[in-house]
Amino acid sequence: MEARGGKQDMEQQKLHTAACLKAFMLTNSTKTNLNLYDHLTRLLMRLMDERPPDAVDVIEDMSRDVKRALFVERQSTLRAAPHTAATQRLAERQRLLFTRGEEGDQEDELVATADTPALPNVSEVGFYLEQAGVGLGREEMQRIFLALKQLVESQPLQHCRLWGKILGIESNYVIAEAEYREGEEEEEQSTEETAEEEREAETRDDEEESEAKESNPLPQSTYKPPPVVPKEANRTGVNKFVYYVCKEPGLPWVKLPSVTPAQITAARQIRKFFTGRLDAPIASYPPFPGNEANYLRAQIARISAGTHVSPQGFYQFGEEEGDEEEAIPRDSYEVNPDFEGIPVPEMVESLSTWVHHVQHILQQGRCTWVNLAAKPEEESYEEGDAEEKEEEPDEPEPEVGPSLLTPLSEDAELFHTPPWSTRISSTLTSQYAVAVLRSNLWPGAHAYVCGKKFENIYIGWGLKFAGDSYNPSVPPVPQKEYPSGPEITEALDPTLEEEEMLNAALEEQQAAQEELDDMDEEEEEGDDD
Amino acid sequence: MLWGKIFGINADYFIVQGRGEDELKDKKNLYSFNCVDWFLLPPATDAMIEEVSKAAQGRFMGDPSFKYEHVETHRQGGEAEAAEEEDEVTIKVSEEERLVVTIHQIDREVSVVPRGAFIKSHGLIQTNRSFNGLSHSEAGKLHNFLHFTEPKNLKKKSILEMAYLDPSIDFLDPLSDDTPKGSWSLQFECGSNVCVLRSLLWLGLTFYHVPMAPQHGYIYMGDGTKNLDLPFML
Repeated sequence: MEARGGKQDMEQQKLHTAACLKAFMLTNSTKTNLNLYDHLTRLLMRLMDERPPDAVDVIEDMSRDVKRALFVERQSTLRAAPHTAATQRLAERQRLLFTRGEEGDQEDELVATADTPALPNVSEVGFYLEQAGVGLGREEMQRIFLALKQLVESQPLQHCRLWGKILGIESNYVIAEAEYREGEEEEEQSTEETAEEEREAETRDDEEESEAKESNPLPQSTYKPPPVVPKEANRTGVNKFVYYVCKEPGLPWVKLPSVTPAQITAARQIRKFFTGRLDAPIASYPPFPGNEANYLRAQIARISAGTHVSPQGFYQFGEEEGDEEEAIPRDSYEVNPDFEGIPVPEMVESLSTWVHHVQHILQQGRCTWVNLAAKPEEESYEEGDAEEKEEEPDEPEPEVGPSLLTPLSEDAELFHTPPWSTRISSTLTSQYAVAVLRSNLWPGAHAYVCGKKFENIYIGWGLKFAGDSYNPSVPPVPQKEYPSGPEITEALDPTLEEEEMLNAALEEQQAAQEELDDMDEEEEEGDDD
Repeated sequence: MLWGKIFGINADYFIVQGRGEDELKDKKNLYSFNCVDWFLLPPATDAMIEEVSKAAQGRFMGDPSFKYEHVETHRQGGEAEAAEEEDEVTIKVSEEERLVVTIHQIDREVSVVPRGAFIKSHGLIQTNRSFNGLSHSEAGKLHNFLHFTEPKNLKKKSILEMAYLDPSIDFLDPLSDDTPKGSWSLQFECGSNVCVLRSLLWLGLTFYHVPMAPQHGYIYMGDGTKNLDLPFML
């Protein structure tokens, strides 16, 4: 009996230990939430299914595979926000360039039947520039071409040309030169500017009046700012063309304001990089009147005046207006219909086959000189009055610059470098080569000519060659604040001895005076007697 | 590899650079006018650098035998009689020497590589074959680009900064340490497909890198004149 009980006990013990072991195997792992019992079950079932050879050797790999197969991918509830890459954004902007406009397209093409089509053939220009070793690359030229087409369609332009590209620190500028059709020009903000000036003048007058009412008026400043040189009207001189700017083809074109002579003279004295934002302020000495858009426009004007050239004979002057003796500065030219191209080797050899076709900017900052000393009523730009005024001795000398269509051989040298370098694009096939002219004064300005076709372009930083170093101008001597006069000049206070001497002298004087008076009285009394 | 082009007044030089085992130190430069006939340039020595910096001014002429002259006068014995015993030392430098020194200076001051493109193994500097390019966000930061010359500032960094660096790839100076700050222009072109770095100190040096790709390179196309007015222009 006891043996049977003992046996049952042992069995129960065994069952108990088996149950403990099973319970142990069923505990979930803390890391992976799996348990050993299920894993072994699955492993053995897989073994039974697959029956691999050499099972004992591959058992570890199978075990790992079984574990890996259990991984369930759970979608997290976070969803990635749609992130448009910059390429995508740019492509969307530039897509408009590639789509055709609306029905107005066909009509515009018929309307622009003037001799010179408004849109330039930028692909052709790009090809020749590539031959010359200058340019922006085909893809970019093509996009600029389409952007120019968009510009021509949106604005009433008679004539448009790719002027070039100016590099900046944060972004670059692509610049187009354009000319409005006759009569299509906008009034601009000239009315706004004059209204502002009037308002400023009024406030100044008010301030002066209030000052005069004070009992002790402050000394008036005798500083008169030098008279402002008036800017040239649109379509003449420096403002002959209108310039549009965009950062990348596809972005909207921004029109640059016209340039004033003060901005040109300031731009001549400073040397700054462009940042790429049109509204950035220019911190410099002498202070530049305007922001980066004005500085850009001033540099464009200087570069155009200095480096836009054409083969001689391409342009000719219009009909002669009057006497040939009068030195009328000519400012207009027209295309010469009889122009036959000059052979390329000649263009490369001598600089006299190239001429400037943009007016030189005078010291004043304009192309036509204006006499500032003239009184406002008599101010006129006619030839006769200017001649009369020249005869007076105190009138300033009129500034004269080289006239239009002067050949390049007369360009002055600067810092011991000749102003131009010529190259031929290929020495091997010289009959089809392109003559290239590179400016040394404005590094980045190029011109090419091939037969009857020529073009100017500027690709660079927008800075003039300054020789070895640039010296910023020194600020002027600080002015005296008040005009020195007896009221405010300091004088030493009299010392004690001097005061006593003065007093003594005064007393003597008084005593002498009294004596005189006494004597007079005595004499009078004497007379009376 | 094509190193670049230096524009002279009468002719332009095409410059090509060859690299040896150690990319940093074994460099040989050759120049040509028509890309067909090449001439080897001697390596730059300190004496040459000094002479050139005194004598050569202005633009390159385009003629390798052109001589730049510089006359230095040393006055000795300055008593009542001045202008006596002047020793005139004329330093003559040929344009070829000026070319050598200019290339050396440009390489030393503005050659750029992205961080991770070169590794230093056993003291030799070699290209990193597993360089996959910088990411878009990394390519927008200047400190991920390094000067490709002997490092000058590396030892001066504090230990805190050195903790972030990896000695096998950070053995060169980063660009963000350049003075004056802002002498590099970093731009993304083609809708951030290409990152372009332009140096404002040597106008004409352009470096490009395609993010997420191992393509990078730099080229110098310019006058060969250093822009000393940089602080005024920023």
